[in-house]
Amino acid sequence: MTRLASAFAKPHPALVCFITAGDGDTAANLDALVAGGADVIELGMPFTDPMADGPAIQAANLRSLGGGTKTADVLRIATDFRARHPDVPLVLMGYANPMVRRGPEWFAEACTRAGVDAVICVDLAPEEDPDLGPALREAGISLVRLATPTTDASRLPTVLEGSSGFLYYVAVAGITGKQQAAIESIESNVSRIKRSTDLPIAVGFGVRTPEQAAEIARVADGVVVGSALVEIIAEHGANAPAKLRELSAALAAAVHEARN
Amino acid sequence: MENSPNSFRTQPDERGHFGQFGGRYVAETLMPLILDLEKEYRAAKADPSFKEEFDDLLEHYVGRPSPLYFAPRLTEELGGAQIWFKRDELNHTGAHKINNCIGQILLAMRMGKTRIIAETGAGQHGVATATVCARFGLPCTIFMGATDVARQQPNVFRMKLLGAEVVPVTSGAATLKDAMNEALRDWVANVHDTFYIIGTAAGPHPYPELVRDFQSVIGKEAREQMLARTGRLPDLLVAAIGGGSNAIGLFHPFLDDPDVGMLGVEAAGHGLDKQHAASLAGGFPGILHGNKTYLLQDEDGQITEAHSISAGLDYPGIGPEHAWLKETGRVEYTAVTDDEALDAFQLLCRTEGIIPALEPSHAIAAIVKRAKEMPQDSVILANLCGRGDKDIFTVAEALGVEM
Repeated sequence: MTRLASAFAKPHPALVCFITAGDGDTAANLDALVAGGADVIELGMPFTDPMADGPAIQAANLRSLGGGTKTADVLRIATDFRARHPDVPLVLMGYANPMVRRGPEWFAEACTRAGVDAVICVDLAPEEDPDLGPALREAGISLVRLATPTTDASRLPTVLEGSSGFLYYVAVAGITGKQQAAIESIESNVSRIKRSTDLPIAVGFGVRTPEQAAEIARVADGVVVGSALVEIIAEHGANAPAKLRELSAALAAAVHEARN
Repeated sequence: MENSPNSFRTQPDERGHFGQFGGRYVAETLMPLILDLEKEYRAAKADPSFKEEFDDLLEHYVGRPSPLYFAPRLTEELGGAQIWFKRDELNHTGAHKINNCIGQILLAMRMGKTRIIAETGAGQHGVATATVCARFGLPCTIFMGATDVARQQPNVFRMKLLGAEVVPVTSGAATLKDAMNEALRDWVANVHDTFYIIGTAAGPHPYPELVRDFQSVIGKEAREQMLARTGRLPDLLVAAIGGGSNAIGLFHPFLDDPDVGMLGVEAAGHGLDKQHAASLAGGFPGILHGNKTYLLQDEDGQITEAHSISAGLDYPGIGPEHAWLKETGRVEYTAVTDDEALDAFQLLCRTEGIIPALEPSHAIAAIVKRAKEMPQDSVILANLCGRGDKDIFTVAEALGVEM
């Protein structure tokens, strides 16, 4: 069983934690999230133009790039994480241009060497899959696609075709870190999507508190939290690990116990 | 010419690709809307009443057809080819941008959208968008980099007079690229009621195609006018390129005329070895803002800041059809510096009594170099895509004149 499959096969829903690579002491921050109870790590590849992200993650991207983070640094952070945490799934999330700059095969091989399990490419629509999908599949790296409130029944098969690892349901039509969607809408969309796929479904965008996370964990296989963690790094800098551990522990408890 | 197709006028393919360029690289939330827009555009294109309304507005509201003008004193001064201008600076709002805005707002209303957003750099596209929104009574939000808001105050005021809300964007370098990011963020959050009027022949399919089609009125008129006036086609078309909408609008109707040469002029800023905005000359293929095209970027795929004295050319990408036309060799591309454009700006003022915008001043600078090498019976046709009133403060500053 792959690391991702194992994470979603646990007897409880999975907590997926996102931070941006190169923003603060990423290794210490990642360790804190794992210690707090994160089941899956989503590591953001910084990009100059993160057009699907809200202010918190935009700022994290710019802090990271401003500090000189290169693609090689992101891959080194992933490699070191894999050495320290052989069993925790690691998903690279980012935008197409930095991923395809040296060619899709180069990127897929770099992911394999770094121990990356899956890739989320925000602006690679399924229609443009040839730019990245075949190379990742060839290398055995999952390509996690996004479904949104606007992904209707006629379009869902296009999104699912070639998706692997899990499906990321974007709870709100909007950018990261803003408003939260109504749980009724999340529940009906997740159950609608479940009828079309056996992939685990993780829900993200606008999830900030343990209470919100618990509510979603009752209806989904995983919950993604990003902006709230990134804001802690912005606010606490070198002291972020302790705070990240605190919040991720509270989130993990809420998510893991949601169905009990 | 390598891999020369039978026609250069049949792009893009059904998936929105111009060769390897173009496509639809957007977040999933936008995909259903983009697909819907494509369907609506196909229907509008086949609907005679859509074309009728578009043509009527262009004639009576924009003031088309724009004149085709022979420039005698400039021709004499340069001592080579005859120089003709397509006078799109005489359009309502002073540039070619309005052609596209008329087309897109008609599409927006056809789709039942009730709110318009747009990005703007110098403010010309913002003004044109605010203009059509006022004309049709739709609320309008314009995203503009905070740096541009500060240096383009007259256009900010114009947009506000026309009833638009102008949102200063502070992320990144706070210029056009960041304004486009912010417009995309707004659109993702408001897909149900909002139409995004993109200002150039770029972005996700079908935008590059539909913007080109709306701007092709420039080349269609010019081709007819040139034939009627001189009984022949021009030897060389010249147009400035930022995103490339005025250039593709002029070039496209001539692409299958094999004897008509074409020259696209990018902004070389301080020089191609320094900061510039010439993505074809100094960039590499990549993915940004919904399409694959040439981009100014570093070895990691991070987008680098562009520079041009002309805010309308100050963008690190280019429309995907130009990327394809460069690769096929059908169109030649060159670049001229800020200084060369400034000289050309003054040259046209002095010889023809026309104050051009800094964007077409780049085209004129390329003509200065090219006309001399061509025989006197040859014809150059350039698009004068905007008037220079908006630029007089920038030019004064560059020339060290206190106003």
